[in-house]
Amino acid sequence: MIQFSNVTKIYNGNVKAVDDVNFTVQKGNISVFLGPSGCGKTTLLRMVNRLVPITDGTISINGTDTSSLNEIELRRKIGYVIQSNGLFPNMNIEENVCIVPKLLGWDRKKQRDRFNYLMDLVGLAPDEYRNRYPHELSGGQQQRVGIVRAMAADPPVMLMDEPFGALDPIIRTHIQNEFLQIQKEVQKTILFVSHDIDEAIKMGDRVAIFKDGKLMQYDSPAELLANPKNNFVRQFVGSDRAIKSLSLYTVADLLDQTKLKPVKNKLTTPRVSVDTNLREVLSTLFNGSESELLVEDHNKQVIGSLTIADVQNYLQSNSQTA
Amino acid sequence: MQSVFQYFTNNWSYILELTFQHFQLVATAVVIAILIGVPLGIYLTTNKALAEAVLQICAIIMTIPSIALFGLMIPLLSVINQGIGFLPALIALILYSQLPIIRNTYVAINNVNPDMRDAAIGIGMTTWQRLRQVEIPIALPVIMAGVRTAVVLSIGIGAIAAFIGAGGLGVLIDQGISRSNRDMVIAGAIGVSLLSIIADSLLGLVQKKLSPKGA
Ligand SMILES: Nc1ncnc2c1ncn2[C@@H]1O[C@H](COP(=O)(O)OP(=O)(O)OP(=O)(O)O)[C@@H](O)[C@H]1O
Ligand SMILES: [Mg+2]
Repeated sequence: MIQFSNVTKIYNGNVKAVDDVNFTVQKGNISVFLGPSGCGKTTLLRMVNRLVPITDGTISINGTDTSSLNEIELRRKIGYVIQSNGLFPNMNIEENVCIVPKLLGWDRKKQRDRFNYLMDLVGLAPDEYRNRYPHELSGGQQQRVGIVRAMAADPPVMLMDEPFGALDPIIRTHIQNEFLQIQKEVQKTILFVSHDIDEAIKMGDRVAIFKDGKLMQYDSPAELLANPKNNFVRQFVGSDRAIKSLSLYTVADLLDQTKLKPVKNKLTTPRVSVDTNLREVLSTLFNGSESELLVEDHNKQVIGSLTIADVQNYLQSNSQTA
Repeated sequence: MQSVFQYFTNNWSYILELTFQHFQLVATAVVIAILIGVPLGIYLTTNKALAEAVLQICAIIMTIPSIALFGLMIPLLSVINQGIGFLPALIALILYSQLPIIRNTYVAINNVNPDMRDAAIGIGMTTWQRLRQVEIPIALPVIMAGVRTAVVLSIGIGAIAAFIGAGGLGVLIDQGISRSNRDMVIAGAIGVSLLSIIADSLLGLVQKKLSPKGA
């Protein structure tokens, strides 16, 4: 659990980058810091591992005020991913990944096992990449190694500053999904900076929206989209917030409320699985020539068909309850 | 040309001895210069005002003609009875070597990508670990280029040190001039050039070896 209490940062005596911020991130959750450029996201993140000194207030991790800890030890317990991945060009991939375990004095075998385990986890063959240097990897691969490095010593807390910022949309989506999958397994407490509302909705258990260093709203993505607290948040989440909210639900959620129609034309209609999110369902419906989609269960058995009207009804009933 | 070759073959053991003296002087000077210049250059990256002052002073030292510097040192070192010989030559070479070594170290460390520094600190490295494992390895090729410059410079200036009795290949030039022996002068000059070229090429190889494989 990470608790921000009255956290304030003033640079050079006049720039108020973070202004009296209060909120709590639960253990095992991803909290996304969202907001326009210069609103203080990076500053707030870097105050957690004390790369930026706090002007006022406290940040505590599991009840311990971070300012009471040794800063070197604190940092070794917090995984840190910077936007540009920050891999060291003079070290090969294994050396880069094992820096913190080495600083912590792990033995060689334990370091290697950890390297192999984590590289497999992000889909990079350990033996293929071990001896390569960062410049011999693509941007997406470097980014993954950056994340692996941050996880190397199995820190309970991770700070990620726009970790997928430099990637093209396709790879980005892929790595986002991959990362969420990993998070299910490792259950870290993660602070994640983004300026992309879609990414925030997708990645966040909670989203903190900032403006000029002030916390505007701290809520679950669904709540944020359904009930923006003020005009700034409303504008920031966009007028299409209803459609955005669809990405939070899958066909399976829709099935809880609606019955599927029987199947008419089995051959030509595109198919989706029950795990597909509704936003994707909607774009598939718009892109295709058919007005309906077939829904498959986990065994690839078609269980019924779905139209735009079903999605619309779901959206309406949902925004009334939210 | 024939006669110069003759001179070489007739006096090779003497020339070799002088070459070794020359090498010894330069190597000692540059090693000491590295021990002073590299830490100083690194320290200066934390203090910009001081850095500019120190680099300015080093640049001024570089403009002092070597003969004048040797001359200046004679009265100073005479106090401890070392006015001429190895010691003043060594001190002069150390002084001349400071500019390339300090400047290259300072520039190289300053130019390490700030993201690297940030990542190193954020990961929980101490200042020493960060310098040792990240910044110095990344900066090493440029530091090494400074050392190379210092070595070549010192081999050249070292030839003049013969005039204050420090030995080395400059002795051939010194004696050659006073005895009007042209072959001797040319042999000395060729020796100094060869030594420079060999040292520079060897250090070039070292520099290549030290370059991060990933850069
Ligand atoms: N080292 C610094 N010294 C002075 N002011 C700074 C410093 N770092 C950041 N600031 C200022 O603090 C404010 C917040 O900066 P910060 O980097 O936290 O923003 P951000 O939300 O991360 O922006 P971006 O999305 O562009 O990365 C900005 O006005 C910035 O100019
Ligand atoms: Mg930022």
